[in-house]
Amino acid sequence: MAVFARPRQALAIAGVLGLALGVTACGTGSSSNSDNNNADSAECAPYEKYQGHSGKKVEIYSSIRDLEADRLAESWKQFEDCTGIKVNHDGSAEFEAQLPVRVDGGNAPDLAFIPQPGLLARFVERGQAKAASADTKAMAEENYSADWLKYSTVNGTFYGAPLGSNVKSFVWYSPKMFQEKGWTVPTTWDDMIKLSDTIADSGIKPWCAGIESGEATGWPATDWIEDVMLRTQTPEVYDQWTTHQIPFNDPRVAEAVNRAGTILKNEKYVNGGFGGVRSIATTAFGDAGLPITAGKCALHRQASFYANQWPQGTKVAEDGDVFAFYFPAIDPAKGKPVLGGGEFVTAFTDRPEVQAVQTYLASGEYANSRAKIGDWVSANKKVDLANVANPIDKLSVEILQDDSSVFRFDGSDLMPAAVGAGTFWKGMVDWINGKDTATVLQGIESSWK
Amino acid sequence: MTTTTPPVAAGTQDTSGRSTRVSRVRKRLSGRTATLVTIVIAVVWTIPTFGLFVSSFRPEAQLKTTGWWTFFSDPQFTLQNYQDVLFGRSSNSGQLAGYFINSLVITLPSVLFPIAFAALAAYALAWINFRGRDWIYISIFALQIVPLQMALVPLLSFFSRGVSLGGVTLMPAWNLDGAQNFAQVWFAHTCFALPFAVYLLHNFIAQLPKDLMEAARVDGATHPKIFRTIILPLITPALAALGIFQFLWVWNDLLVALIFAGGSDVTAPLTVRLAEMAGTRGNEWQRLTAGAFVSIVVPLIVFLSLQRYFVRGLLSGSVKG
Repeated sequence: MAVFARPRQALAIAGVLGLALGVTACGTGSSSNSDNNNADSAECAPYEKYQGHSGKKVEIYSSIRDLEADRLAESWKQFEDCTGIKVNHDGSAEFEAQLPVRVDGGNAPDLAFIPQPGLLARFVERGQAKAASADTKAMAEENYSADWLKYSTVNGTFYGAPLGSNVKSFVWYSPKMFQEKGWTVPTTWDDMIKLSDTIADSGIKPWCAGIESGEATGWPATDWIEDVMLRTQTPEVYDQWTTHQIPFNDPRVAEAVNRAGTILKNEKYVNGGFGGVRSIATTAFGDAGLPITAGKCALHRQASFYANQWPQGTKVAEDGDVFAFYFPAIDPAKGKPVLGGGEFVTAFTDRPEVQAVQTYLASGEYANSRAKIGDWVSANKKVDLANVANPIDKLSVEILQDDSSVFRFDGSDLMPAAVGAGTFWKGMVDWINGKDTATVLQGIESSWK
Repeated sequence: MTTTTPPVAAGTQDTSGRSTRVSRVRKRLSGRTATLVTIVIAVVWTIPTFGLFVSSFRPEAQLKTTGWWTFFSDPQFTLQNYQDVLFGRSSNSGQLAGYFINSLVITLPSVLFPIAFAALAAYALAWINFRGRDWIYISIFALQIVPLQMALVPLLSFFSRGVSLGGVTLMPAWNLDGAQNFAQVWFAHTCFALPFAVYLLHNFIAQLPKDLMEAARVDGATHPKIFRTIILPLITPALAALGIFQFLWVWNDLLVALIFAGGSDVTAPLTVRLAEMAGTRGNEWQRLTAGAFVSIVVPLIVFLSLQRYFVRGLLSGSVKG
């Protein structure tokens, strides 16, 4: 026994030593405070009002990651250099689930970019979010339209300015294909249906769609319904719907769903490149528009951010391989309804340096600094179109800055999470799979308590 | 893996009823039908992994439009996915190697701590007589049914706010920063692993023959001495088995790491980086195929090098002697 025990003993001792070393290792912290203040140079002039917090750290949490996170860090680099405030950004795929855990657990980030006004309201109700400072509010009011600001205003208190935005009212198509076949971009709903018929007669299914998105399966279909709802009804009715002042199974909602169904549930129109109507439920949203590049589908309704989904080497431009046109209104005389989304810069602490960053992110300087780096859209009125290089982003900014546009936020993000990110999604999957509109809407209505 | 005993050898030992039954089972399990069933199961279980493996070498455009099986009719080969994963383009996230090291720094203590504590606790619960011993064991055992997710918020609050009861601070907040967050992750993993580890090791240790401990005690050995010279060598297979379990669990863990280590490149493990790599809207998911195989390398090495103990550890629980 003793013979065997030796090496094991050594192992055990090594293990214990390892533990001890590990424990001591965690005691050492590094504190490097570099005070490279070049605040007086000319390029730092716009940041003058944010001065005085050198050496402070601000932690930001969001769902932005990888390449876009790099661009984010680049966009506030000059601000960091000039003010000496260190901005640490941390992006996670599990942002929506993690943020409540972190906040409840007392480990809240200083700032969070929250894409769901519904989630923001949750933090306000629990007294966890901090109201925006007067400076931030003034800056936001100067740069964003009231349409936007109302989504981060809860019970009359303003909680944070929007940051990035996306426009969801887009239909992707192939300019090349349209030119070859002699089709033109429709500007009214009726034209779009006529075009769909023409395309269907030419032998390919005009529309392709896909709503599979892991545990969020169903959301692309909710966007469809919201977009159509904004067209069949007035924005006021849309607001009543998202705030539950009218029931979910109101006849006006049913009308919108059925109108979306004339495309989505029409075997003649869908699902180009994939199969029948039911294949919509099993097609990943990211792949859903790709048949356009293969000529198997002509139209795909998806947000501006779909530009990132095209394979490398696809030219996204008005004269390129793919581009998007505005999802036309039914009655153009009533204005241009625009469905979109965006994230709101919400604070969980009210240290002065956090408020300085929050104000800066609402400013025109920031919006232009980020826009210059590319692949970004904002509803910030100060965004200079010359700084937006990407054609699809340019079109989005134009639509957002257009005075005739009536902007409304993605409805499923406004509803309580149990509905907007729960039964609404699942209901849409059932609807695609053949359930009738009335039953689906009744089901969603009964889940909204 | 290769533990096929020739049936002849087993047959010669047919003296007692027990070994006849064993050999009958053994014969049945090594029959032709059984082998066929095993092969079918193995193939079916490997297909998804194999598909993923094939996918990891396919170009992005192909991968996103067609199934992996088209590779055989239209083979297009690329190492771009591995290139992206290993030498990623994301500048502020740094290279993958850093996350590899973070994963190791998280995993090793998170495996050693619970095993060390559990072995000591299991010994005490099995061989030291004290009042309430069984109740302690039962309550530890019962803790296994508490889902990890339920403990996340309280544990996080424990780290970031400390503990205070009626205004009296019992424990201050930890206030950790940067690399110090590793301590939180170790603590969390150790907490979550202990109930099962204690339960498993207790079962092994309690089954050791009583004569051994008594003989040692007669010879004047103390509890630490018995633990070191008798228990530890005997339960090595069990420790290794537990080590593999815990290693795989911690290595593959995303949830605990996300909450307690955060997403910064100082502390985030490989799993967090891989989850980020798909891009903000999951549009770069082709990288995940290659990422899966990169992250699988270490667990595979651990498993293959320790599997000898793994099989022995499983057996030593069921077969006495």
